[in-house]
Amino acid sequence: MSAAAAKANAKSRSARAKKVRQFITPEGVDLELRIASSGLRFGALLVDLILIVLALFLFSLVMLWIGFASQSDITMVVWMLGAFLLRTFWFIGFELGSRAATPGKRLMGIRVVARDGGRLTADAVVARNLIRELELFLPLMMLGVGAAEDAVSGWTMAAGVLWSLTLSLFLLFNRDRMRMGDLIAGTWVVMAQRVKLDADIATGTAGDAMLFSEAELAVYGIFELQELERVLRGKDARAMREVADTIRAKIGRPVAEEDDVFLLSYYRQLKARLERKLLFGKRREDKYASD
Amino acid sequence: MIPPAAPTRALDAPSFSTSRFRAEREADWIAFDLLLTKLEKKGAKALTSDELLQLPLLYRATLSSLSIARATSLDKALLDHLEALSIRGYFLVYGVRETRWSRVRRFFLYDWPAAVRSVWKETIIISLIILLGAITSYSLVASNPEWYYNFVGEDMAGGRDPRATAEYLQSTLGHGKAASEGESGLHVFATYLFTHNSRVSILSFALGFAFGVPTMMLEYYQGIGLGAMMAVFAGKGLGFDFGGWLFIHGTTELFAAALSGAAGLRIGAAVVFPGARSRLQAASEAGRTAGKVMIGVILMLFMAGLLEGFGRQLITDTMLRYGIGTLMLLFWIAYYYIPRREDVT
Repeated sequence: MSAAAAKANAKSRSARAKKVRQFITPEGVDLELRIASSGLRFGALLVDLILIVLALFLFSLVMLWIGFASQSDITMVVWMLGAFLLRTFWFIGFELGSRAATPGKRLMGIRVVARDGGRLTADAVVARNLIRELELFLPLMMLGVGAAEDAVSGWTMAAGVLWSLTLSLFLLFNRDRMRMGDLIAGTWVVMAQRVKLDADIATGTAGDAMLFSEAELAVYGIFELQELERVLRGKDARAMREVADTIRAKIGRPVAEEDDVFLLSYYRQLKARLERKLLFGKRREDKYASD
Repeated sequence: MIPPAAPTRALDAPSFSTSRFRAEREADWIAFDLLLTKLEKKGAKALTSDELLQLPLLYRATLSSLSIARATSLDKALLDHLEALSIRGYFLVYGVRETRWSRVRRFFLYDWPAAVRSVWKETIIISLIILLGAITSYSLVASNPEWYYNFVGEDMAGGRDPRATAEYLQSTLGHGKAASEGESGLHVFATYLFTHNSRVSILSFALGFAFGVPTMMLEYYQGIGLGAMMAVFAGKGLGFDFGGWLFIHGTTELFAAALSGAAGLRIGAAVVFPGARSRLQAASEAGRTAGKVMIGVILMLFMAGLLEGFGRQLITDTMLRYGIGTLMLLFWIAYYYIPRREDVT
């Protein structure tokens, strides 16, 4: 039972490690960039497309309001030119900015990065976004062509769409989640969220109410410590009760104090113990690892 | 046995503790965060010289904090924050080293022509392919007009096929009575041409990675349409006029088409023959050169759209059309291929 759990734990850890790419700054620090998942990428694209359509719609509404559109062909020019310019330069324009991300990407907390660690150049941004034209619109075009010409059989059409979809979904088939455009431009899309610095819960006065023995602290490792930290920062009473009960059962303590006092004291002393071991070069990843 | 009673207190703790580490350095991180936010929102110009001097110091302090925290701390919130802050800082500090304006200037003065020059082999190949397409369809249609219907679709031809009379064909070239009626729709027409041609060019570039084969096919197909039309007009004795009609914008547009094909072919060639580099690296290097060429192609197509939509409809004199077309061609060739001083450095 516990061997299987240990295996599952190790597996999830190695899956997380697979997403991390070495990225060493000139100062010699590895930034450990994490590759953005395909779901985030798709979400970002969706947000951007919605924003583009919205921008076009608003623009033509304004044109209508001003009264330019009394000649209908002006509106057509606006739509044709606007749609093309927005579709082509929305992505390029935003990714050339200092945050190298479109609004959709910012929302998802991801950004574009040059794969070789150098700076992101304009030509790379252009190349990766012009390929998007192909990835997005080739499957649609295939559908359109197939539907327009009766001579093309359903199967041929399906084959065409399937073929073009393999191009569009190229990022699902490689470890680095590179689109065709990323491949050709030499770029990556990595996580770049902002993380607020939360208060240090290891200081303050409320946490020293209880003392735990060495044996009581020796049952957990780093993984459990950080899960405990998550629960403590979440401040959800039910989750705290559950975790507190689990720990009490494990170390054989009766229910005597408030859950948050108990958890906070346990967290601090466990953290102090594990960090002390860390200083001596002993990193205990989880409770299954030997102490 | 270490007594578990030794609690970690903030600043009065005697030995090293991660809480103390954090308390000592936190001010730097907050200052760095504020500085980055300011830099992102208002650009480097908004920073005072004092802040600019602070930037690399705070950046290095943050990176060193990250290293220490990774080795000593198990506080996940702290580690995540420092990591995110360092990544953000790195890309801002090492990101842009040039102003937008100087980037644009360098692109037009040097990068664009240099990129076009570097794909000269591919440009020649694609030009030959277009020419080959044109010659093929021209000779086929000239010998047997029935071929025309295989090459040019009904909607593209718009009645300009071998059955049409010479008068009708002449009217499509902007001479005669039918020419004046369509002037109100000029801008729609120009816009349509620009967006359509740009999409075809982007496609022929983007298809390049498939070993360049679809690119070459697309360009060959463009040549075929051209040659077939030419044969129809030449058959009715309108070859010279048709040439002028085509030439005014065609020199720019076909040049752009050839360049987009060349950009695609460059990527395809890099994937097939990467040389000493890895395939991925070769593709990304070719992709960057091709990207520069493609910005130029879109600008050229914009010019061609203007020439086609406005110039061609307003200028009906055949000789003048030839003159403008030649001038444009000379301009592009001079702009791209005349060596300049930056080449030496």
